[in-house]
Amino acid sequence: MKKTVILEDLDCAHCAGKIEEAVNELKDVEKCSVNFLTQKMIIDADEAAMDGILKEAKKIVKKIEPDVTFTVK
Amino acid sequence: MTKKLKKRLYRIIAGAVCYAACMALEKLVPVSNNVLLIAFLVTYFIIGGDVLKGAAQNIIKGQIFDEKFLMVIATIGAFLSSQYPEAVAVMLFYQIGEWFQSYAVNKSRRSIKDLMDIRPDYANVYNDAGELVNVDPDEVSIGTTIVVKPGEKIPLDGEVIKGETSLDTMALTGESLPREIHTGDEVISGCINLSGVIEVKTSKEFGESTVAKILNLVENATAKKAEAENFISKFAKYYTPIVVFLAVALAIIPSVITGAWGKWVYRALCFLVISCPCALVISIPLSFFGGIGAASKAGILVKGSNYLEALANAETIVMDKTGTLTKGQFAVTKIMAVNESEQRVLAYGAFAERLSTHPISKSIMAAYQQKNGDMTIMSSNEAVEEKAGFGVIACKDGGKIAVGNEKLMAHVLGADAWAACKEKYLAGEKALSEGTICHVAYNDTYWGFLLIEDQLKEDAADCVTGLKKAGMRLVMLTGDQKGVADKVAGQLGITEYYAELLPGDKVDHVEKLLAEKSEKGRLIFVGDGINDAPVLARADIGIAMGGLGSDAAIEAADIVIMTDEPAKITTAMHISKETLKIVKQNIIFAIGVKVLVLILAALGVASMWWAVFADVGVAFIAILNAMRALKLK
Repeated sequence: MKKTVILEDLDCAHCAGKIEEAVNELKDVEKCSVNFLTQKMIIDADEAAMDGILKEAKKIVKKIEPDVTFTVK
Repeated sequence: MTKKLKKRLYRIIAGAVCYAACMALEKLVPVSNNVLLIAFLVTYFIIGGDVLKGAAQNIIKGQIFDEKFLMVIATIGAFLSSQYPEAVAVMLFYQIGEWFQSYAVNKSRRSIKDLMDIRPDYANVYNDAGELVNVDPDEVSIGTTIVVKPGEKIPLDGEVIKGETSLDTMALTGESLPREIHTGDEVISGCINLSGVIEVKTSKEFGESTVAKILNLVENATAKKAEAENFISKFAKYYTPIVVFLAVALAIIPSVITGAWGKWVYRALCFLVISCPCALVISIPLSFFGGIGAASKAGILVKGSNYLEALANAETIVMDKTGTLTKGQFAVTKIMAVNESEQRVLAYGAFAERLSTHPISKSIMAAYQQKNGDMTIMSSNEAVEEKAGFGVIACKDGGKIAVGNEKLMAHVLGADAWAACKEKYLAGEKALSEGTICHVAYNDTYWGFLLIEDQLKEDAADCVTGLKKAGMRLVMLTGDQKGVADKVAGQLGITEYYAELLPGDKVDHVEKLLAEKSEKGRLIFVGDGINDAPVLARADIGIAMGGLGSDAAIEAADIVIMTDEPAKITTAMHISKETLKIVKQNIIFAIGVKVLVLILAALGVASMWWAVFADVGVAFIAILNAMRALKLK
């Protein structure tokens, strides 16, 4: 399944790339793409693992870009 | 301007004023060094407080190659070497540069939003009490009747069950002429209703509707990255650590040798300022997004940055004939009459075919209606006998009209008579191979034939000329007869074409052409999305024509042209080439300036001012350049 996360105030393109890379390395993530321009992150993963992944992804985002608000759509 | 940007702007202005005051203090009033240091430090905190905070947070998390952290090191270094004004100024200019960068990003985000402003906000439906209410398009189920008033967007795909209007399809197709809509027509979500109130019975849910599909497609297009983007991500990964490492080396090695620590540490600090690859990391994806946005404004949907990039390297273009270069609509293009007037050949032909719904029959009826206008004789109820595989035989005024192929003629006239007839009237007739022929005979006399042909699209010739001018190898493939292909190719000036192909043969031809092109060159296949999914998939770039409303085409192709215009292919290629030009300019400009300033800083020519320009100034200029891609046509 695919989940869209809105990353409000994502201001640094380089950080967007870092977030994308880190989330892609999480266990059970099929594919993650961060669109800097639309400020959206799309995570493709198994439904059962999704909640855990979203929690981890939030941690990653907070670590790389503390100013970003993380909202699951 | 957003609230956050405004706040930052005010802080920058306040900081700039304080900075000016500090400079005045230094120049005009004799104060001690400590007072000066305190004044500059206060200003420094006003300007760069958030940068310091961010840097501190990042160190705690172990992110040492962060831009903020590097900027703080550089400025603190300047303070330690007693360059107070420079330290504050560098922070000030860094903040100004960052502000402009955010402003530019914001602006491009807004233009992208405008571009995607085709999402309908609500649908008007009748509630249980029969009143019209607004609901979220997501909640409307299939088969619901919705009302669309003038000025509103059509929220869901469906069929018009009441009313007439004209629609603005600009946002979807780039086509500026309104489209006339009558009861019974299909309408597509995302179009704007211009004139009349219509009632639409929905045929799809919102998620499956055209507008949702298009939005999804454009938004996700940048997930498929272009080679240039991958290059930049890789470059960014190595660039920063290398520059930081060089900075450390520059600070230590020459200093140990010469003993002049202050001088070399300052130069090393300049390196740190230049070490962020932001200019590239932002501007390259932005250029591609802009190019994709510009294309979708013109009614061309590109499914990924990689396809936009590949389009610029297109070398061979393979085009299907029917539905791509021709309309796929039949029309009577020639009437040959012997023993009778052309007028009557057409009239009798139409009369015999009046009950059939076959496209060929319809085209004969249409030709008659166009010439005559009066259709009253067509409501006759005289008998019509359909002979499958041959044609029709109809009664009229006590006689019999036969309309159909050669087999039918041989049947009604007798084989010998038909052979003689052919010898006499049709020998050397070129039209016989150019399309579908309907022979007409009345009682025992051969009257002539009607030539029915598919028609060229208005802009097919422009498309071919444009592609040839671009130096492309153009090949036309068709399942149609050779005579038809000869004629179309001749009209358009296509020299390489293959006819009478089965769908499998088309794949074989594309395979062969793929083998013949150069390694870097790309092969495009253009089809109407019907029956050619395997070829669309096999080609480097599959382009489907007339995608508006055709799910199959949107699924199968890499690029979808929403209108029926083949000339949009040249538009797409133009946008692709220009986008790539912008990308190259940005890569060369950003890397060039950074490397140049690095060298000059190492030599001691460039000051920290230059370094700040090489960082944020370059990023700002690169973003502005990238935004040009949004305006391509």
